[in-house]
Amino acid sequence: MPALIDVILEGRRVDAHRPWPRAVVDAEVWRFAVDQLAEGHWSLLALWGETAAVHMALLDEGVGDIGVVSLECPDNKFPSVGQRHPPAIRLERAIRDLFGLEPEGATDTRPWLDHGHWGLRYPLGSKPTVPAENFSYDFLTAEGESLHQIPVGPVHAGTIEPGHFRFTATGETVVRLEERLGYTHKGIEGLMTGASLDRATKLAGRTSGDSTVAYALAFARAVEAAFGVEVPQRAIWLRALMAEVERLANHFGDIGGICNDAAFALMHAHCGILRELVLRTADSAFGHRLMMDRVIPGGLATDIAMDGADQLRVLVEKIRHRFPALVTLYDNTTSLQDRTVGTGIVTPALARKFAAGGYVGRASGRLFDARRALGYAPYGELTFEVPVREEGDVDARVWIRIHEIEQSLSMVEQILDRLPGGAVYTALNTKGLGTAREGMALVEGFRGDILAWVRIGEDNKVARCHLRDPSWLQWPLIEAAIEDNIVADFPLCNKSFNCSYSGHDL
Amino acid sequence: MRKILLECLIQPPVTEPAPPADESALAELAGQVDTAARGRLGRSLAIRHVDAGSCNGCELEIHALNNSFYDIERFGIRFVASPRHADVLLVTGPVTKNMREALARTYDAIPNPKWVVAVGGCALDGGCFAGSYAVVGGVSEVVPVDLHIPGCPPSPTDILKGLLALLQHLTTKMGAS
Repeated sequence: MPALIDVILEGRRVDAHRPWPRAVVDAEVWRFAVDQLAEGHWSLLALWGETAAVHMALLDEGVGDIGVVSLECPDNKFPSVGQRHPPAIRLERAIRDLFGLEPEGATDTRPWLDHGHWGLRYPLGSKPTVPAENFSYDFLTAEGESLHQIPVGPVHAGTIEPGHFRFTATGETVVRLEERLGYTHKGIEGLMTGASLDRATKLAGRTSGDSTVAYALAFARAVEAAFGVEVPQRAIWLRALMAEVERLANHFGDIGGICNDAAFALMHAHCGILRELVLRTADSAFGHRLMMDRVIPGGLATDIAMDGADQLRVLVEKIRHRFPALVTLYDNTTSLQDRTVGTGIVTPALARKFAAGGYVGRASGRLFDARRALGYAPYGELTFEVPVREEGDVDARVWIRIHEIEQSLSMVEQILDRLPGGAVYTALNTKGLGTAREGMALVEGFRGDILAWVRIGEDNKVARCHLRDPSWLQWPLIEAAIEDNIVADFPLCNKSFNCSYSGHDL
Repeated sequence: MRKILLECLIQPPVTEPAPPADESALAELAGQVDTAARGRLGRSLAIRHVDAGSCNGCELEIHALNNSFYDIERFGIRFVASPRHADVLLVTGPVTKNMREALARTYDAIPNPKWVVAVGGCALDGGCFAGSYAVVGGVSEVVPVDLHIPGCPPSPTDILKGLLALLQHLTTKMGAS
């Protein structure tokens, strides 16, 4: 098995790409990389396009190597990745919708983000065109006796994001679920192009509001890699503090939400209280409940409040006091366990194939956590465990969150104990850049690893930015997980994934 | 479970107190919503929420209205699953072109009289997503808006204050006609 670095060496290395290598390769090497993905040697981290090229970020999990291979597409075509490696199918459909680059040999040629409403086709490509008059979208078929379809969405019954789910069921049992997403497509990558760093940071922080810290951090780290700037230590530690607080808030919300979808409102009420306490503490420590616009390239917009550290310590104590009883409650309530255990199973093989991150991957035996695997600062200096389970059901995804809450509480304390002093911001050296630079970052959000890739032009503006939400690699797994479950368990399964619509739709 | 339930019975509720007014913003709002709603809407306001392309930040804060601290249902304000049961359409996000039709159809499905509340900076004018090929703009580009609640995202208290403002607005409008 060849190392990832050998493939990179075969191509024309792009010098100004940091911290991992990027190489422009020919179609043959591209196909070879696709083979390696299909055979399960490497994992697909991201696949994205620009006007006349496609890029693929690869991970060699065995040795922890990351690299990007790029293929120029002068004919607006590239050899399909999805044809041999299904996790790439939706990414390719999105590339065609946005840039007009055709994945040659692709099995699914339907549009994905484009619903025929934009007034133009290939909005980010070299030649945007007028849309076809009659736009239609065919759902996949399911054939057999006594099947019926249940179309759901884009507007759902609760306060959640929009998306369409097409169920085919026999009686109560789901035979096929097909997702249709793209309703919240805002054209973020288009808005990023030509944006100043300030504006681009705001956009990155609003790609998926629940992960605003993680997104801003991923974007900032990518920009900092491109500029080769060292961020002050205090900022690095405070960023991790915010990231863990964000994880706590979301995990509490999710655990409560999952139990609520199994009609166990008591857990929902108590987890809701803990979540609110976290958000209120975030507000007084960092000045914003969700901590939006706090992480910026170069460091932080503001330091932690004077009494922020004390408030966070009080918060950790409160959670430590209240949460164990809730965990016991979850564990001992058989009617609740009856709903979560054995429901919505993702097999370890599928999680590995899709390189599913976060609790989805870790509940199905995929031990990948960007904080551990890459050890970006300050995580290399923190003591924490990465929980992993093999069952892959709703219950396992709840337990991963429970253990991650315990780990995050410990990390919050460790960070507060060792928080360095000094400045929280250093200016980027924007003078005399003279050439385009590229940076990339992988950051562990609460949902999984978020990838940010950025090219900064000579004018210090964003020339191209791609943000890959963990949901891209998790959404397809719900379709597999729900098969042979009952329709009534879909909300439960869906909440246990809690994929992002906005982060996926961009 | 019994221990937790028992503790809940003994301990004071976390729900922030309603009257007397002035104490906290929430308590102040509680009394006012009560009076105005009683007059106009039989002490009840049914809300249908639609995410027209939001980043999900506003949804998180709308969710928070249901937690024990804000407990919005004690004011007679509740979220309903069907637009047919709603008095108010609460819209978040810049309206994306892909969501324009779904938003318009949800609005049409709400029986009259109905009011539209646009929540968040994006719902006002598209926010930082304005000008994109995929975005229509603010909510008022698609359906008539009665009230904007600014913020990115607005806090649960801000949203509650906004809903109160809507009630006052309705009182004035109906009184004038």
